[in-house]
Amino acid sequence: MSIKRREQADIIFRKIFQATGFITIALLAGIFIMLLYNSIAFFVEVKPIDFFTGSQWDPGSMKGDYSIAPLLVSTGLVTLGAMLITVPLGIFTAAFLSEIAHPKLKSILKPIIEMLAAIPSVAIGFLGIVLVGPWIADIFGIQNGLNAINGSILLAVMALPTIITISEDAINAVPLSHREASMALGASKWETIFKVTIPASMPGLIAAVMLGLGRVLGETMTVLMATGNAAKMPSGFLDSVRTITATIAIEMGEVPYQTTHYFALFAIAVILFLITLSINLLGEYFSNRLRRFHA
Amino acid sequence: MNLFFGKKQVLKNINIDFPRNQVTSLIGPSGCGKSTLLRSFNRMHDLSPDAKIDGSLKIDDLDIYSKENSVTTLRKKIGMVFQKPNPLPKSIYENLSYGLNIHRFPKNEIPDLIEKALKESYLWDEVKDELKKPAVKLSGGQQQRLCIARTVVLRPEVILMDEPCSALDPISTNKIEELILSLKQNYTIVIVTHNMQQAQRISDKVAFMYLGQLIEHDNCENIFKHPAKDLTRNYVNGHFG
Amino acid sequence: MVKKMGYLLNWVFFLGSTMLVCLILGTILVDIFSKGMSSVSWSFISKFPSDGMTEGGILPAIIGTLMLTLITTLFSVPFGVACAVYLNEYAKPSALTNVIRASIRNLAGIPSIIYGLFGLALFVQSLNLGTSVLSAGLTLGLLSLPYIITTTEEALKRIPNSMREATLALGATQFETVKDVVLPKALPGILTGVILSMSRAAGETAPILFTGVAFYINDITTSPSQEFMALPYHLYMLSTQHQSIEQVRPLAYGTATVLISLVFILNIIAFYIRFKHRSQD
Repeated sequence: MSIKRREQADIIFRKIFQATGFITIALLAGIFIMLLYNSIAFFVEVKPIDFFTGSQWDPGSMKGDYSIAPLLVSTGLVTLGAMLITVPLGIFTAAFLSEIAHPKLKSILKPIIEMLAAIPSVAIGFLGIVLVGPWIADIFGIQNGLNAINGSILLAVMALPTIITISEDAINAVPLSHREASMALGASKWETIFKVTIPASMPGLIAAVMLGLGRVLGETMTVLMATGNAAKMPSGFLDSVRTITATIAIEMGEVPYQTTHYFALFAIAVILFLITLSINLLGEYFSNRLRRFHA
Repeated sequence: MNLFFGKKQVLKNINIDFPRNQVTSLIGPSGCGKSTLLRSFNRMHDLSPDAKIDGSLKIDDLDIYSKENSVTTLRKKIGMVFQKPNPLPKSIYENLSYGLNIHRFPKNEIPDLIEKALKESYLWDEVKDELKKPAVKLSGGQQQRLCIARTVVLRPEVILMDEPCSALDPISTNKIEELILSLKQNYTIVIVTHNMQQAQRISDKVAFMYLGQLIEHDNCENIFKHPAKDLTRNYVNGHFG
Repeated sequence: MVKKMGYLLNWVFFLGSTMLVCLILGTILVDIFSKGMSSVSWSFISKFPSDGMTEGGILPAIIGTLMLTLITTLFSVPFGVACAVYLNEYAKPSALTNVIRASIRNLAGIPSIIYGLFGLALFVQSLNLGTSVLSAGLTLGLLSLPYIITTTEEALKRIPNSMREATLALGATQFETVKDVVLPKALPGILTGVILSMSRAAGETAPILFTGVAFYINDITTSPSQEFMALPYHLYMLSTQHQSIEQVRPLAYGTATVLISLVFILNIIAFYIRFKHRSQD
């Protein structure tokens, strides 16, 4: 009897554990379907062509302008700036940690990077307002430092820990024998780093950049606080911009339930979802290549 | 019986029986399938997704792989000791009481059963005052005897041992061998070993395996002194291994 | 000579980048703590806001954040640990398992604001939980899931197979093996992940925007169906939406100090558990 009970418990728990696995699939599918379902309601009322090619996001106007273009350009601009800062900074730091730093120094630096990762995004956004904004205003002689470049700087800081950690893993994964072979041929430490180690870890570095990119694209609070929130087509880094995430954050709280405007926010969310999803898949593709490369 | 991992056949047409209350050693070069064979006796392959077994394995008249028999009761009947001592991350006492508890032995009998098993495993005198101590604090040899005690306490019919001494020093090995010889009065023992001398010292029967096949199975003396096959002679004389 | 210059330049790049990263962290901490510490006092963390948020403390925001984190953890930990156990202990390599793993990785990459939308659609509206600390906690719970699953699975992977064989060979079922040996042995690793995910949840803002957070409530949140105040949202509102932003700046700095301290304390606890556990092995 007791054996039966024990084995029943075993089977029941196996089923429970398995169910949680299925639920994760359902969750991803559920998120996508929820976004899609609400977006369809939007595209019934607004032509997709206007959504993608228009130039105005102004749901409050008389006819209601729902074009994702300015939001997409804003998002792209802030992201581009952030990546230009964070990628070299992150990869150089990762290479320093993995190839040059003494293990003792490394054991101090790694917690510092983890601490940076732990700082909440609102705190970074707050510093964008009180610290980075005034700097930018001073340097460029403009009235207000809440603009695209401010967002880029903050997002670069937020993406750094991700990029450093994953790049470092990728660089560490390059077998010592590769490096020894290069050194044995008479290459210097620097030549080895630039010509052997970094190229060999390239798939991993790209994966790191992709993950950092995903983080930057999806970040809400910092850009909401620091970029000025002007929903118009930006012409440069010193313009105020409003990203997709910030638009959802600002407008979802005020919009009446199940109006065109409400559905429009889901429509821009589904675009964001698809962009981040493809970036994740791309990152995964590269990290798989890294694994195959070293296997 | 045959055993496959995926498409690869690891054990080929093995036909062997183990007499009650005797020690049978499985010998053979690395990779010949001794451990695989041993692990199929208590269904340790159940968790490998691609392992497939055909043929029949029986203990007394009970079919080991029959669907009606629960693997948990089977493993209580056929205990196993592993290559590296693997005490549970609990106290010495809990290492022994664990099996008793899951098999719902009456609570009031447990202390006596534990004392008896520890005595049978020559461990009682060394640990009787510190049963609450974490088992990992014991020496390697003591840990392995604890693992044997943990198996013995369930009163199995068969004890399988997978190179139980390979991670131990000579003195501990000696103690375990003594222990094996005393345990065979009550249990049927099947042991995988790499060590020819050990096989000679402790076995009643010896089975020599090579490339997944059972080459020869006979009394200990015959295998080492008058093997029937050249392959066996070459192996026991150390020509390959 | 040219080569020497090249070396120097390399040093500037590599060391310079690393120093810059440290400098950034230093600047953040120095700025916030130096300006925030003067606002933080016992009354700041034990009093209600007063005079239209220009005076008083942040007690309800602290309580709200603690409650939110608690609900998030209660929901995501059992679920996440169960899923990790399934993947590491039960799942056989198959197409289905790969799909589950891919889903988890992609869930980890979804922007937090989209979790907010999903929480709004699922918990607030479909399940009729309304804007409440429960809805917000569940939303953050979903967001934390991939992290908990991944860290738990890593902890489970470090348990040697011989541990599992020990109990299985004694006739334990697989569930008993998981419950009695694998999970207890992996506990420190799991705990580290759980605490780090709590620290992330405590700092998140976007997913709670539409699911239950409020700018001001005049009572302490005691029931899961109430709206709540939260530290990160409070900081957001004080620094962007308040009528007299300059006047409340010290309060904003104080809130940021409390928030970052809370997050760092959780991180230090996690470090400590990991460090202690590693040195034991």
